[in-house]
Amino acid sequence: MGRTADVELRNVSKVFDNSVVAVDDVSLEIEPGEFFSLLGPSGCGKTTTLRMIAGFEMPTSGEIYIEGRPMGETPPFRRNVNTVFQNYALFPHMTVAENVAFGLRMKRVPRDEIARRVREALQLVRLAGFEDRYPRQLSGGQQQRVALARALINRPRVLLLDEPLGALDLKLRKEMQLELKHLQMTVGITFIYVTHDQEEALTMSDRIAVMNAGRVLQVGTPLEIYERPSSRFVADFIGESNFLEGRVTGLNGQQVTVVIDDRVPVPARAQDGLAVGEQVTVAIRPEKIRLRPPGMERTDGCVRGRVEEVVYIGTDTYYLVRLTERCTVRVRVQNSQNRLDSGEAVGEGAEVLLSWVPETAMVLKA
Amino acid sequence: MSTTATTAPQTAPLATRRRWRLKPGWLVLNSNVLLTFLFLYAPIVILVIFSFNASRQQAVWVGFTIEWYEQMIRDERVIAAAKNSLIIALVSTAVSTVIGTLTALALDRFRFRAKTAFEGAMYLPIIVPEIVMAISLLVFFNTSFNLLDRWLGLTLKFGLGTITIAHIAFSFPFVAVVVRARLADFDRTLEQAAQDLGANEWQTFRYVTLPLLMPGILAGALLAFTLSIDDFVITFFNAGIGATTLPLEIYGRIRRGITPEVNALSAVLLLASIALVLGSVLLQRRR
Ligand SMILES: Nc1ncnc2c1ncn2[C@@H]1O[C@H](COP(=O)(O)OP(=O)(O)O)[C@@H](O)[C@H]1O
Ligand SMILES: [Mg+2]
Repeated sequence: MGRTADVELRNVSKVFDNSVVAVDDVSLEIEPGEFFSLLGPSGCGKTTTLRMIAGFEMPTSGEIYIEGRPMGETPPFRRNVNTVFQNYALFPHMTVAENVAFGLRMKRVPRDEIARRVREALQLVRLAGFEDRYPRQLSGGQQQRVALARALINRPRVLLLDEPLGALDLKLRKEMQLELKHLQMTVGITFIYVTHDQEEALTMSDRIAVMNAGRVLQVGTPLEIYERPSSRFVADFIGESNFLEGRVTGLNGQQVTVVIDDRVPVPARAQDGLAVGEQVTVAIRPEKIRLRPPGMERTDGCVRGRVEEVVYIGTDTYYLVRLTERCTVRVRVQNSQNRLDSGEAVGEGAEVLLSWVPETAMVLKA
Repeated sequence: MSTTATTAPQTAPLATRRRWRLKPGWLVLNSNVLLTFLFLYAPIVILVIFSFNASRQQAVWVGFTIEWYEQMIRDERVIAAAKNSLIIALVSTAVSTVIGTLTALALDRFRFRAKTAFEGAMYLPIIVPEIVMAISLLVFFNTSFNLLDRWLGLTLKFGLGTITIAHIAFSFPFVAVVVRARLADFDRTLEQAAQDLGANEWQTFRYVTLPLLMPGILAGALLAFTLSIDDFVITFFNAGIGATTLPLEIYGRIRRGITPEVNALSAVLLLASIALVLGSVLLQRRR
């Protein structure tokens, strides 16, 4: 398409003085108006990536483009992006209103316009009436919203957020997730959102880039990332997965057959470039597996197993099912149907049949 | 009867035993503190008390009077010395606060070669014996004046100028130390937040760094002011003729015998110093 990405990273790497490779050959394109998340474990280079976009760190190699223009050594105050810092970084010696007004004051915007926009920005984050408080007189969630207002008032092209909800307790975090998402849709600003919380990323993002050890492993919508993980790391980091190691024995259009431990054949989704005999891993999510009583075998790849453990967790029940001596799988069944399809309860030691739609099992190259 | 008999033996020996065990240490520690306070403050207290003594005689208390204070503020020489002291203190404080703050910032922000050596050298005036500092400054001024006289025909003399420069030299490291302590727990992301919001380097310094360092800078300034007002040795060696500060004036009078006016003058100086140091400490505590 003709439109330029808001932010583009081309082969960006960052090596620190201590020769730590924090970011390793990352290329990304972030579209206008998108809620884009960088998701990965602590230390994988998310913050460093964000700081390079903001201009606090310079890439060791590669180039960053904002609105199509290469940034080179452009200092932070000349980039059309604003950041919400993890610890909020509110100015302790200024009131809420002064904090929010800071960006406009630096740009010498007329006084009455500043006053009007501060009022608007505080209304936007539901903090009207808090103008004269100091940051230390606010709760964590309120400070968070001041930081948002302080950034948004500048109407940046892109807002960078570094684990902005990390310091809040769980309940408040859930609330703020929805609020943030709503805010982003209201203002229509591109958000680049750093988090190590996969649930948060799945809830809020239009697209997610999953990072590990400085590299981007997969970019896609939450659905793509969750349903079609392209690597074992992604399948493991986002949600839960069972990993079954085996060998490809049959290719059949949309479907492949992988034999586990040379004994148990399981169906999985076909993928380009697979060959018979290849050693692979099948990834299948616990909630995609159905449990049925034995004696109802069908030809379309049922797997027989024995229940070893039943764990009740409220909404769901987990079953640990042994397939072979070396291989067990976790099955998650919603408790609205916590009985076998035939109506019998499944206890420890029960013989069961496992089945799944082959489409939902991903083949990952070993 | 029976209840007290059963409970008392359980609690009483425990309590007495514990107190008994603590006693020797407690005694030593407390008498130590007591002695220290006695040594430190008894002379000062006596000085202040006798500044209100109605007798010219030192050792005998006759009655309460503020006559010596009245005499003091009517004494032109005292007023002149106080004026000198204030001028020197104000100028040297202003200059050493600026230099000290900039030095602290440079040491905190930049990495340069021989930084550690520079840092050590900077703190030297704090640990060098004052008399050594005094004489080296004297020699320095003498040499410079000689050279200036010979090369440029400039004739410079010892006086308020030399005292002020000397005070700057010994007080700016104190300012630097205090400001650096403040910088040590300075949150650098605040500066980055400012830059992120469009502040250039000067604006960042002006609106974020400086206001946040201000309590430390003011504390350093008060310290510099106190050091300048109180200084005797360095001032004495670098004053020349005619330029007299309060401590020099007091010294001059004492040579003619300890009088109640001297006590009064010292008490005032003491009060001013305590107020300034207290202010400095309070500012350094401020978050
Ligand atoms: N200024 C720095 N100097 C040296 N190493 C750094 C610096 N900043 C980050 N790193 C290292 O780079 C890696 C990535 O860090 P970071 O981007 O903060 O990860 P994340 O935000 O994903 O937790 C880590 O190993 C970290 O120790
Ligand atoms: Mg981080």
